[in-house]
Amino acid sequence: MAATETLRVSAPTRRSRLAERGVDRTLLLLAPAVVLLLAMFAYPFLYGLQLSLRPQEVGGGLLGNYRAFFSDSFESGTILKTLKLAVPATAINVLASIPIAYYMRGTFRGKRLLTAILVVPVTLGTVLVAEGLLRYLGPRGWFNRTLLEIGILDEPLRLVHNYWGVLFSLVITGFPFAFLLILSYMSGIDPTLERAAATLGAGPWQRFRRIILPLLAPGLATTAVLCFVLAFAVFPSASLVGEPSGSTRVLSIAAYHAAFEDYDYSMGSAIAMIMGAVELAVIALLLGARSRLYKGPSTGGKG
Amino acid sequence: MVGELRLDGVTRRFGDQVALDGFDLVIRGGEFIALLGPSGCGKTTALNCLAGLLPLSGGSIWLDDERIDGLPPERRGFGMVFQNYALFPHLSVRRNVAFGLAMHGVAKREASERVEQVLDLVGLQPHAEKYPAQLSGGQQQRVAIARAVVMEPSLLLMDEPLSNLDAKLRLEMRTEIRRLHQQLGLTTVYVTHDQEEALSLADRLVLLRDGVVEQVGPPEELYPQPASAYVAGFMGYRNLLEMEASNGATDGQVTVGAEGFELRGTDRRDGGGRHVICAIRPEDLRPGEGPNPIDARVVVVEYRGQELAVEAMTEQGTALHLLTTERLVPGDAVMLSADPERVLVFDAEEEARDGGD
Repeated sequence: MAATETLRVSAPTRRSRLAERGVDRTLLLLAPAVVLLLAMFAYPFLYGLQLSLRPQEVGGGLLGNYRAFFSDSFESGTILKTLKLAVPATAINVLASIPIAYYMRGTFRGKRLLTAILVVPVTLGTVLVAEGLLRYLGPRGWFNRTLLEIGILDEPLRLVHNYWGVLFSLVITGFPFAFLLILSYMSGIDPTLERAAATLGAGPWQRFRRIILPLLAPGLATTAVLCFVLAFAVFPSASLVGEPSGSTRVLSIAAYHAAFEDYDYSMGSAIAMIMGAVELAVIALLLGARSRLYKGPSTGGKG
Repeated sequence: MVGELRLDGVTRRFGDQVALDGFDLVIRGGEFIALLGPSGCGKTTALNCLAGLLPLSGGSIWLDDERIDGLPPERRGFGMVFQNYALFPHLSVRRNVAFGLAMHGVAKREASERVEQVLDLVGLQPHAEKYPAQLSGGQQQRVAIARAVVMEPSLLLMDEPLSNLDAKLRLEMRTEIRRLHQQLGLTTVYVTHDQEEALSLADRLVLLRDGVVEQVGPPEELYPQPASAYVAGFMGYRNLLEMEASNGATDGQVTVGAEGFELRGTDRRDGGGRHVICAIRPEDLRPGEGPNPIDARVVVVEYRGQELAVEAMTEQGTALHLLTTERLVPGDAVMLSADPERVLVFDAEEEARDGGD
């Protein structure tokens, strides 16, 4: 029936019907973005994918690189090493941001200054943070020297050039992102909801647990995704304050080694693909959890 | 069971600004009180102080013999209906209503019985599983009321609950609120800037002005007997004319004059000051021959169904508002008159005109 109607109706009607579904000439405005996306993302991705399927080693077959990666425990262990850094860093950044954002949700004197102080690390590059960490937390850094002077320690703690150094660096650079995002989600929650809960007998903890947290949860999931992506791609700090050939040999370092030290671009591409797949899996998990949460507005009623 | 609530010199300052200054009021159990005044008069501050959402800067609040102004809101056991309803968007209607009972640890079976009862009462049973965003404004309003009354609070606080509704719904909900009050007998404090709402709902009105009580009384007292020009402005005296009193008042009446006309009215002055405000309701100003004649010309005519709302202007430029069934059109010359009994003469004050709507 629809087909016969389409035959009879004139062109403007079809156009207006398409417009009703959001298909009209304004869609052309998307063209530059689509071109950019194809050129900067889709093409490199597909190029990398086909490269990864053509191993340099003869006779490896289509999946030779992948087989090689997963059969070598030193290589495949990098997945776990990366997750071991990215997951705790994400958790720390998100969980630490919640209480701080909660206490900063209102307006008070000095809020701007406090926010600025909390956010400054974003403006420092990873390299600067790494340098600071080396000086501060190193064996002869202030931190260890102070603890040694006071007599709490007998020998310096090893806090850099290992797992902890990288984790510190990820927290320092990742926290401001998480905090800013969560603060804005938190500020989006109508403050009268909390007051309403209070008049209904909810104490401070219950107000947080029953009202704030459920309304914040979708935002927390989004924040966690972004933090995870940032942390998962860790490279500079893993080399500078980590142990790039040992405990912090993360996926990006493995890919770098393959491509630029062994000159095996194909293997490097394969590792990059694996990296993407793991990332996607974790993101899918987080967004899956998010879709089961409440997603509506965070204000009550009109106004 | 139904306690008496006493406000004793309740004061709230914001920095240098005094929002509420020495507010005294005794609210009897089951009473419906309306706090009336323009925005910024301190009425919402008073409500928030009662709810415990704002700490007092001075004074005390007593429920029977217990001083409660130090208690946090969650321990006062008062219900509150917010202007924007403040429904929990992530909970269904039923769970919104059940929230307070859950917080007070009411047993599941009893809680669900009470929730169903209240949902029936406000006619929301068919929407019980919906979320607030799926409801119309009037339905959201009902949820907000249901959520508060299900707690059977010793005091129900309502902060301009009808101001977000359209005119028709506002009338409906007004009746609904009055009906609920008659049915449940909950002691209620209702904040509004709408005199009609206050007059039709409340057992007693409290008229606030700049944080100070201007007049307290039942509608039957305030409406015919406003204590000041400010109160008169809220009680439908739309014509508030600045005039000069002539010397001497006789039989409780005084003659006042302005450029172009003279009126004889009922003397409501404290002293006998010369600067006065002359208050006349639009319905008391009639076209035609009679006492207190004023010559004017019709400027604006608004159709009001039964009658016309007319703005007329004297030759000297004094605007007069009247209601009439006569078919006037702009440009008509009219002779207006008013019964001296219905013309009230108050002492003039500087902000007296701010009270009008």
